[in-house]
Amino acid sequence: MARTKIFVPRETAAISVGADDVAIAIARHAKATGNGIQLVRNGSWGATWLEPLVEVEVDGKRIAYGNVEAADISDLFASGLLEGGEHDKRLGPIDEIPYLISQDRWTFWRCGLVEPLSIDDFCAHQGFNALEQAFESGPDAVIDAVKESGLRGRGGAGFPAGIKWQTVADAPGEQKYVTVNADEGDSGTFSDRILMEGDPLGLIEGMLLAGFAVGASRGYVYLRSEYPLTRSIMTRAIELARETGWLGDDIQGSGFDFDVELHIGAGSYVCGEETAMLESLEGKAGIVRYKPPLPAIEGLFGKPTVVNNVVTIASVPNVINLGANRYASYGVNRSKGTLAFQLAGNIKRGGLVEKAFGVTVRELINDWGGGTASGRPVKAAQVGGPLGAYLTAEQLDTPLDYEAFTEIDAMIGHGGIVVFDDTANMAHQARFAMEFCAIESCGKCTPCRIGSTRGVEVIDRMIADENRNDNYDLLVELCNTMEGASLCAMGGMTPYPVRSVLKYFAEDFASAQGVDQ
Amino acid sequence: MTVQDYDKQVATEIIASVGSRPEMLVQILVAFIERFGWITEDAIRQLAAELNLSRAEVHGVVSYYHDFRTTPPGRHVIKVCQAESCQAMGSRELSAHAERSLGVKMHSHTEDITLEPVYCLGNCACSPAVMVDGKTYGRVNAKRFDELVSTIQEQG
Repeated sequence: MARTKIFVPRETAAISVGADDVAIAIARHAKATGNGIQLVRNGSWGATWLEPLVEVEVDGKRIAYGNVEAADISDLFASGLLEGGEHDKRLGPIDEIPYLISQDRWTFWRCGLVEPLSIDDFCAHQGFNALEQAFESGPDAVIDAVKESGLRGRGGAGFPAGIKWQTVADAPGEQKYVTVNADEGDSGTFSDRILMEGDPLGLIEGMLLAGFAVGASRGYVYLRSEYPLTRSIMTRAIELARETGWLGDDIQGSGFDFDVELHIGAGSYVCGEETAMLESLEGKAGIVRYKPPLPAIEGLFGKPTVVNNVVTIASVPNVINLGANRYASYGVNRSKGTLAFQLAGNIKRGGLVEKAFGVTVRELINDWGGGTASGRPVKAAQVGGPLGAYLTAEQLDTPLDYEAFTEIDAMIGHGGIVVFDDTANMAHQARFAMEFCAIESCGKCTPCRIGSTRGVEVIDRMIADENRNDNYDLLVELCNTMEGASLCAMGGMTPYPVRSVLKYFAEDFASAQGVDQ
Repeated sequence: MTVQDYDKQVATEIIASVGSRPEMLVQILVAFIERFGWITEDAIRQLAAELNLSRAEVHGVVSYYHDFRTTPPGRHVIKVCQAESCQAMGSRELSAHAERSLGVKMHSHTEDITLEPVYCLGNCACSPAVMVDGKTYGRVNAKRFDELVSTIQEQG
């Protein structure tokens, strides 16, 4: 008789709330009770609020149990866990959970579903199909498909991926590179991590497609050091791909050579900026470069280089598999396709929601997120990480569309949404924006290096009510200087959250006095 | 957290396995931190010699990155996330609790525990988050923080 399959995620968030202990308890209990089980460590579906989320396969259906603790296991077994039995923590079949089925899972569809470190499972779920198709249709067809799909960079800048790839393909030179930015430093974001932990081979396939399309033979993944589990999963995935002939020379007899190297960051936020990342990949301090030249022309080691975010690259296989037109049919205006939004901060049902562009922030926060964790009213939501504006409760109806966000002086960035309830003091958040910039500035340009420190001082004076109005004007001027004269987005966009606080939450400077920083 | 005395021979082996080329400097330093816990002056000297870089160049890279500490950490390292998502869930209060209960400020250490800020562990749907000896924990309140501290103190 086949052993019952039980899935327990091996994913950072799930483990951070006890998934490893749950897995051990299940294995022990099964052994003690003489039940043969097959424990599968899958990735996360992204419904993080339900973690640890355990699934049991019964008659081909996967029955989910949410927020399982190690202490629940004997009780769950007694309730017939192996037959999908009733229990307070039983959620029903995984493919009927509203949070998940209401999404547009284009890029994250294998996350949770498959065993991340199994080539067989990957191939059984369309793995490498897109690459094989590309080998037949040729590199130009891949670039054309990416262009046609309207896919834009998911790291934050939103630059059309197909145009970038075309530029690299057209650039003269024998040696070209594909680099993947996995330095996911924005607070409120974890989609790169969920993808790499849940479908690492999907990222590798995307890199192979990029390399094949532009004529690169080497790829790099630049992964932040704060993700140790991701590192071990990616390391193993690269080894697996090499062992099975999906990385290396003459891949599957196609004549195409491509290999991937994993590089680890060292705690610098700015290394998420593409040129700083390239410097770090070259073994140097992560100090941003002047642009031009663009990395697509002179990138890593001065060679033409694709620099894309994890989610951008991982979106490509399905653009090939399912069709560029189909991808472009999702979304609104010039924001085509889907984005993996991430609900974080003070939110009841935090997690990853992959959805077509055009959904509003309010829909995400209320319909998926269920409102705040505290049950109090939403005061603000920061969209797009530490360089993104704080949206007011009224602005939450803004559709998630790159251009619509630009219109309200905000940005979508990497799709992180951090919710604050009405107990938050926004003057403190403005101060933090400047403080963070001061801590993380690479120091190359003056507006960012000095401006951020002066910004903290000015805000402190405003909070202390020293010439509050004059300092308000001074801060506005400082923001303008930083925005206009900084080399990269670090100094150039730190003013966004600060200005949004000045504009919409100015009264918080008065009430911030005396509160702990 | 691994803290071992710097050993030139071990360092040479690490350099050789990562790649004895200047562009591997950051990766070698990452490996040094994993092995030795911190970057010593001897390490900087040796890297400069073996990679054919000036000591100033190596020092510049070491001092740039937060992870490359140049003083020995405590036996255990606790990092408390200070970024926005965790702030929205009370990380300021949690940090204050951590400093109070351990009796040290951020960036300093007791005999066996180093307390540090970190800006995002990517566990933002389970805020506030804390990393203890390289392992991430989510939904950490003061009580859970104290439990984590007791666990590592029992380990010695």
